Amino acid sequence: MPANVRRNQRIATVQTIGRLWRENVTQGHQLDLTGLARVYRMLRLIRRAEERVADIYPSDKIKSPVHLSIGQESAAVGVCDALNPEDIVSGTYRGHATYIAKGGDLNAMFAELYGKVTGCAKGKGGSMHLIDMAHNVLGTSAVVGTTIPMGLGVALAAKRRNQKKVVAVFFGDGATEEGVFYESLNFAALHKLPVIFVLENNGYAIHEPQVKRWATDRMCERVETYGIPTTLVADGDVLAIRDASVKYADRARRGDGPGFIEARIYRWREHVGPGLDFDQGYRSEKEFEPWAARDDVERIGRMLPSDIRAKLDREVEADVEAAVDFAETSAFPQLEELYHNVLAR
Amino acid sequence: MSSPANPDKPQSGRVLKYVDALREAVAQEMRLDPSVFVFGLDVDDHKGIQGSTKGLVDEFGPDRVFTTPLSEDAMTGVAIGAAVAGMRPIHVHIRMDFLMLSMNQLVNIAAKSHYMYGGQVTVPMVVRGIIGKSWGQGAQHSQGLYSFFMHVPGLKVVAPSNAFDAKGCMIQAIRDNNPVIFVEHRLLYNTDAYVPEEVYTVPFGKARVLTKGNDITVVGISNMVQEALRAADLAREVGIHAEVIDPISLSPLDIDTIADSVARTGRLLVIDNDWVMCGAGSEIAASIAERLSGTQKIQIQRMGFAPTSCPPTPELEAAFYPNPRTIGEMMHKMVRPTDARWSPDEARTKLAYQLQFRGPF
Ligand SMILES: Cc1ncc(C[n+]2csc(CCOP(=O)(O)OP(=O)(O)O)c2C)c(N)n1
Ligand SMILES: [Mg+2]
Repeated sequence: MPANVRRNQRIATVQTIGRLWRENVTQGHQLDLTGLARVYRMLRLIRRAEERVADIYPSDKIKSPVHLSIGQESAAVGVCDALNPEDIVSGTYRGHATYIAKGGDLNAMFAELYGKVTGCAKGKGGSMHLIDMAHNVLGTSAVVGTTIPMGLGVALAAKRRNQKKVVAVFFGDGATEEGVFYESLNFAALHKLPVIFVLENNGYAIHEPQVKRWATDRMCERVETYGIPTTLVADGDVLAIRDASVKYADRARRGDGPGFIEARIYRWREHVGPGLDFDQGYRSEKEFEPWAARDDVERIGRMLPSDIRAKLDREVEADVEAAVDFAETSAFPQLEELYHNVLAR
Repeated sequence: MSSPANPDKPQSGRVLKYVDALREAVAQEMRLDPSVFVFGLDVDDHKGIQGSTKGLVDEFGPDRVFTTPLSEDAMTGVAIGAAVAGMRPIHVHIRMDFLMLSMNQLVNIAAKSHYMYGGQVTVPMVVRGIIGKSWGQGAQHSQGLYSFFMHVPGLKVVAPSNAFDAKGCMIQAIRDNNPVIFVEHRLLYNTDAYVPEEVYTVPFGKARVLTKGNDITVVGISNMVQEALRAADLAREVGIHAEVIDPISLSPLDIDTIADSVARTGRLLVIDNDWVMCGAGSEIAASIAERLSGTQKIQIQRMGFAPTSCPPTPELEAAFYPNPRTIGEMMHKMVRPTDARWSPDEARTKLAYQLQFRGPF
């Protein structure tokens, strides 16, 4: 469905539920209550799904290194809410949020973490290698930076076939240090590829802060020199990220080439694993406090009427519990599965 | 400099873990030689590459122990440049898989500079790569890609399997005037052995015979040495005496020691920590076949990873690797081909280091 049709539909919805329209909170973001509810539901779904992963983890049922996005959901949600179902995302090993936000099958994600045959990769990928091609979630990779050019290739194919698809390519601040990132910026700009580059800048690569890795933090300026327009969302505001994504998606669909969003966000949990790590000494709890205070899940939740929010919360809990049940009750792969899919037939 | 024939027989010193032996070797060399420095992603954080670089930055400071941007390709080139300029860099990669980003610099520049420039320069650098295993490391955090490097003249490749050799090989690698790919296995980090306190080297190109036996020669690589030793213990209980050999260094490779053993046992079983196709184990098997097949009848078998990517789901992951049970079964089948199949007691094939290891990483 083209973006303008979707927007018209949304306006119609606004009229029918006009009495609930709260202009003050959504002003400037072209998002009606339905849209806001949708964004909240997704933020909340990712938060709760990952909190459940963290709860389950000590039981050793999930024997897969998990890189949680708790606290930094807004990038995935803001971008994916601006995309159409036929648009595509390319994420990273910290990819649960991208996968869920793009509509990836939640049951299959939990089953994958459990190593079950019903998992999105039949238990042969694990948390770092989620995929759902039916929902246009490209496979994620545990080797940093490797999926950036793959997203470009998918965009190139869409462009050659005159499909008005957009590819959102997600990566962390650490990934921007790989040569492949700059090579990809240049190529995408040169070929005017329909790509939205999404830098999820959480300020750390594992335990190394950005000041130990970058001489300056003027990333958007650097990217602009390639001829790519940029938007910095310094507070990780999901609605601002969404606005920028709408703008760049429209631009890309017009054939005008890529856009770049730097979303500054904050990872609340440890780099890998379920816990908090403020006792480890490499970052302070003080640094975390402002992010905790502006938590977008809460912030957007508060914009909703409480009965609507409560209903969405109940739905989310049910979705997550159903996914956990699905994973728990699914079977492990049979031994023959080891040898399947080595080569395509 | 002592070089005991068997690291299980104490000479001096104390029992030390593999991870601590590595760190001690680097620290001792850094004290002796100011040109040695350690760099690579996360070498200076509080976890210190799973303990192996922990504390080095406190002793030697951030000029000699420093993290880098995520730029393996460029950083490998930096290491080569520093080495050409007379320093002795140790470039650390927490997983060997990430070495693929360094491949161009290692193969096209590091390996070739000394030769291609007619001996005018040397590239004395150490590249550490750790092989991961278990807890869902999966396809991209578990590869043992050392055979790629063995293929290329100008590189040395070592894969010590115990704490004693880890220390001695590390010191040797740092002192070597060539690029050395230093292969470590994550699950060996907690294994211990007697390790002398003093500085010593373990020479490259000399294999170590770990157990004596006349029935079959078993060559293990990296942590597969440990698994082969356990299999040999279990097989001894049914009267099969295996000679377990650890090549330690894969390039140069000590074929003589292995060939002497196979000439006596008539049987070679190689257990690789990698895929069989074109692997180190295949190289060993081919070299032994070349050396001995014209003069005597020998049996050769190779074992290694299943010919698939590594799956994280536990049962498939277990089936992906050789283990003391499958190794023991193969030994029995080779030595007593006409007997009924024998399998060691499953409970006793589990290795402590496998049981101890718990994720997430
Ligand atoms: C090529 C490569 N080098 C190193 C690593 C080890 N590693 C895994 S995650 C990571 C940090 C990446 O940081 P960033 O891109 O900022 O993503 P974040 O984890 O913060 O989401 C590193 C260095 C890797 N997986 N791949
Ligand atoms: Mg980061």
